Amino acid sequence: MKELSLHLLDVAKNSVAAGAKHVSITLDEDEDGWLTIAIADDGRGMAPEFLARVTDPFTTTRTTRKVGLGLPLLRLTAEQTGGSLSIDSTLGVGTTLTARFQRRHLDCPPLGDLPGAVALLIQGSPDMELTYRHTTPKGEAALSTAELRDILGDISLAEPEVFAWIQDYLTEQENEAAVDASPAAVSEGEVQ
Amino acid sequence: MKSLEELKAIREKMKRQMDLRENDESNIRVVVGMATCGIAAGARPVMTAFLDEINRRGLTNVTVSQTGCIGVCRLEPVAEVFVPGEEKVTYVRLRPEMVPAIVEQHLVNHSVVQDYTIGAAE
Repeated sequence: MKELSLHLLDVAKNSVAAGAKHVSITLDEDEDGWLTIAIADDGRGMAPEFLARVTDPFTTTRTTRKVGLGLPLLRLTAEQTGGSLSIDSTLGVGTTLTARFQRRHLDCPPLGDLPGAVALLIQGSPDMELTYRHTTPKGEAALSTAELRDILGDISLAEPEVFAWIQDYLTEQENEAAVDASPAAVSEGEVQ
Repeated sequence: MKSLEELKAIREKMKRQMDLRENDESNIRVVVGMATCGIAAGARPVMTAFLDEINRRGLTNVTVSQTGCIGVCRLEPVAEVFVPGEEKVTYVRLRPEMVPAIVEQHLVNHSVVQDYTIGAAE
């Protein structure tokens, strides 16, 4: 995975697969370069014994093969920046995944195309309620499918034209709130 | 700036198209594999390219949807095209720049782009 937004898309699809009706995605960036991504759903949740080994690459719900790499790769990515991954889950209630990254760390992948990831998530699961909020020291990008559904009525959120609108709408907000946390931007003038 | 007012205009336009589509039996389906394997191999820009191209051409008889792992991870990104009355076609190792040709030749003109199919890759 070359971008954090791809991890986000991948992990949120687990919520879809778990039958979630509501998914909340929040990204919070602080002044010190720490990024916290939280994905919370009301899907079927996991039993404690499955939860204990869910970031093991040889644990998966797939029936076609015996490896599942989404969560192990995300944990590896978070930890190699000095961050962490934690998952709370209750069977029949839902799951919350929290991942922390130090964006200024050399090994931290770029955020990537967040609007594209969120728009595709909505397009792929048009009946699910999704709230998205990305806060940075400069501003905020936010979207709620409930609000869009109020306007669209019986028009599906999966329609290509609606997808394009969501992508553009979020891109404008993300551009306003974007913070350059790349190691190059931070260390400029400090490195010989 | 994009506004919610624009979304209202889209709704009105789409409503008129939906009325037409209900009577349309030629609905084509495009399904893109979006599991971890697909996403890591580049399925997101491929999916976006399909949606953009279909939107640009104003094709109202095409539905684009996402699925999990189609089963051939080594050939991702993979998309399947279902045209009523025809055999399913599986396109593999897709890149966004290949998508306009598939939309034009297959979805519009019903001519399979053989070079991009699983049959050509295997």
